[in-house]
Amino acid sequence: MSDWTHQLFAMQLPDGWVLLENILQSVYTGTIVGCIYGLMCVGLALIFSVMRVINFAQGESLMLGMYAAFFCFAHLGLNALLGVYIGPFVSALLSGVFVFVLGVAIYELLLRHITGMRVAKSEGEGHYPQLTLTLGLSLMLSNGALLLFGSTPQTMRTPLSSTAWEIGPLGETGMMLFLNQGRTVAAFVAVAVAMGVSLFISRSRVGTMMRAAADNPMAATFVGIHVGKSHRLAFALGSAITAIAGGLIATYYPFQPYIGVEFIIIMYTGVMLGGMGSVSGAFLGGLTIGLVQQVSTLVLPNQLQNAAIFVVFLVILLVRPQGLFGRSVERV
Amino acid sequence: MTSTAKTSAPLSNALAWILGSSVLYAGAVWLVQDRYYQLLFTLAPIWALVGVAWNIFSGYSGLMSFGHAAFFGVGAYTVALLMTLFGISPWFGLVIAGFAGAGSGVLIGWPTFRLRGHYFALAMLAFPLALLYVFEWLGFQEVTLPMMRENPMAYMQFADQRIYVLIALSLLVTALLVNLKLAHSRFGLSLLAIKQNEAAAMACGINPVPWKFAAIAISGAFTAMAGGLYAVVLLIVTPHTVFGMLSSAQALIVTLFGGIGTIAGPVLGAFVLIPLGEILHAELGHKFPGIQGVVFGAAIILVVLRAPEGIWPWLQSLKKKPVTQDPEPLSLDVRSFVRSHFTTEHAPRQLMSVKDVTVRYGGLYALRDVSFDVYEGEILGIIGPNGAGKTTLFNTLNGFVTPLSGVWSMNDQTLSGRQPYDICRAGVGRTFQVVRTFPRMTVLDNVIIATFFAQSDDQLSRNMATLAVDRVGLGPRLNSLAASLTTVELRLMELARALAPQPKILLLDEILAGLGTNETEHVLKVIESIRQSGVTVVIIEHTMHAMVRLTDRMLVLNHGVVCAEGDPQVVTSNPLVIEAYLGKRWSARAQA
Repeated sequence: MSDWTHQLFAMQLPDGWVLLENILQSVYTGTIVGCIYGLMCVGLALIFSVMRVINFAQGESLMLGMYAAFFCFAHLGLNALLGVYIGPFVSALLSGVFVFVLGVAIYELLLRHITGMRVAKSEGEGHYPQLTLTLGLSLMLSNGALLLFGSTPQTMRTPLSSTAWEIGPLGETGMMLFLNQGRTVAAFVAVAVAMGVSLFISRSRVGTMMRAAADNPMAATFVGIHVGKSHRLAFALGSAITAIAGGLIATYYPFQPYIGVEFIIIMYTGVMLGGMGSVSGAFLGGLTIGLVQQVSTLVLPNQLQNAAIFVVFLVILLVRPQGLFGRSVERV
Repeated sequence: MTSTAKTSAPLSNALAWILGSSVLYAGAVWLVQDRYYQLLFTLAPIWALVGVAWNIFSGYSGLMSFGHAAFFGVGAYTVALLMTLFGISPWFGLVIAGFAGAGSGVLIGWPTFRLRGHYFALAMLAFPLALLYVFEWLGFQEVTLPMMRENPMAYMQFADQRIYVLIALSLLVTALLVNLKLAHSRFGLSLLAIKQNEAAAMACGINPVPWKFAAIAISGAFTAMAGGLYAVVLLIVTPHTVFGMLSSAQALIVTLFGGIGTIAGPVLGAFVLIPLGEILHAELGHKFPGIQGVVFGAAIILVVLRAPEGIWPWLQSLKKKPVTQDPEPLSLDVRSFVRSHFTTEHAPRQLMSVKDVTVRYGGLYALRDVSFDVYEGEILGIIGPNGAGKTTLFNTLNGFVTPLSGVWSMNDQTLSGRQPYDICRAGVGRTFQVVRTFPRMTVLDNVIIATFFAQSDDQLSRNMATLAVDRVGLGPRLNSLAASLTTVELRLMELARALAPQPKILLLDEILAGLGTNETEHVLKVIESIRQSGVTVVIIEHTMHAMVRLTDRMLVLNHGVVCAEGDPQVVTSNPLVIEAYLGKRWSARAQA
């Protein structure tokens, strides 16, 4: 560590152990939050890798996931049925089903007309209609949600959200770590879902078809794969995955209809870091963002947390445009 | 010349349109008394200005910018902070904002232009959002422009809001005039070429980088001035309103809605969408919050599905039904080609020399120690089986591929290590195996692009291009879109493009591929006539029959190595060459 940071810490922290404690705490929180971000990014990456569409409305999938989970929990009676401990997480998973159905509908009604073989191959110009459409979709969904749900922030807080496992004090150092129970459980659910998705894509028959359609839509058609169906599945599944992540975030973070914008940047950044189009890379990308965001609070003022993400994002982009964890998937 | 009249007629037409409609707009606004509607009439041209600025960059270069809020915000804060901190009037502030916007454009472009496609689009997104947090952190959460009661005029504070409309309008008109000028100059044409096919543009001697910088600087300047005026009109600046996603999105939306790459598009988009959104918000917003967003979104989706090019091109397609008339058939010279024998009065003079060029892809050598000379005035044929490294050799010679080692030079001027556009400017013309055109440009424009570096006068450029098109016999297709040409016409167009800037040497990559017998004879004669005019030709070709008739010398590549060189008749009976093409058995039979 440089002298400069030493001095900085020396001003704030009298004791080296406190510094270590802070580092451990932020690394832990970063990992936990990062896992949920990772799941969120997996959804966007799936859509991008198969359809080659930058989906501007992905933040709205997240937002709808939050409201769907809230609806399941508070109004469908999962609250009463499963209790406040399991209920929120089951609600989060169920929100995926809602948004999956919505995703199929959006694909059939709108996206079908402007995606597919024609644009999958093109770079740049061919994407204007898709960008515009998902931008319009994003506007409609976020403002539609405002119409329906109002602007009052909601939460799905559970007793778990405000309890923590305490570790320590560790020996004579006196270090204490607080592991938030709600977030930790949410992170485990996120990892499980991400692993499930990854297995589905790499092992299942449908997943293989989807990868083939992503890799070379023309060749996929020649071997009898329905590219349109693959795109529909990718869009619906990608939206659902991000929605589940939204449901999980809703268990510890208040939300309102415009929350998508807050997270869409994290998603883009994560997907870019992971090497656009790589699903497992996107998870690692999201994880990295979580870590950067939390660890940066040690050295930077809180307001610059997100600025730090962008700086890391730009630096990595310029040094390794293919992403931290990906090979270059962008077609030339 | 008639072509001058052709371009200047729509130019003066557009000029009349711009000036006429802005006078009408100003007149209409003068009748409006309601302050709210006056504000509305000011915001529409401001966002139209942002749209026009966005279009100057993204519409022409094809690089999607999601980050124009960065320029908008820089402009807004420049004006606001100059006034609150230093008491500098917005009259000067706006000008300084313009420079600040241009400067930020260059600063942002400098690292970001290395990225392409989606990467570029997303990288641009990061700049305004990072700035948003930085400005919050600096403590500029809310900057209010102070009221100057003593001398309001000097500080752009008018009791009559309609003055702001005039200021916004005059900025918009300036931007439109600049746009118009750019669109009809080599600036617009070069950027369109880069957008449609960057590799081909570079092979035509265009260096994409300065053009992109110019575009982003101009675009940034206008966007920043719009931001500055926005600050003056609303009197309050917050990071979220100016750097937020919505500012960038607004620029995209009005342009894509109106019609990307058109001059009128962004203006039309802004004047429809901005008032629509604002009025919905004002009239129904209290009962249905978010209604303007829903309607906005729906309008955009509808346009994408019904008129994906945007409203303006859609309106124009309604107005005039394109008359499809069959173009007159191209008259090809189909007489059988007879070579005029190559003789030089002096001993052959070496024009290009290639030494020890080695190219490796991973563990595979595409070229290994390739050395040869090209003599002035000759036609050198390069043959070899598929995968022998012929195209790689051309790609190396004109700078697309960086070799592991090797030097090549022309007339003692080193070419190795230079960029494709630079090599082109040194006098190396090039055609491609798979024709690389600018599909949505006319044949003439395609060729004009290639003359820019050789000729700084636009009119003379046009003449050079017309001459080249005539020389290859493509005259009747001068004003056809490249996308509508047949294979032989495309090949000829590419030949004209390579020929137009009067190169010293032409590299032709399988120019005869896919041509019929008659077409081949025509092209062979064109090549021969090019040589007779003093241009040296190096040609890659598979059709051995044509090559033996056309070339003075042949060079045979096999597995990236030169395996034979010399007189066509001798080379083609060389057992090594027969073996390379047909296998050992045939070479044995030929020797027997």
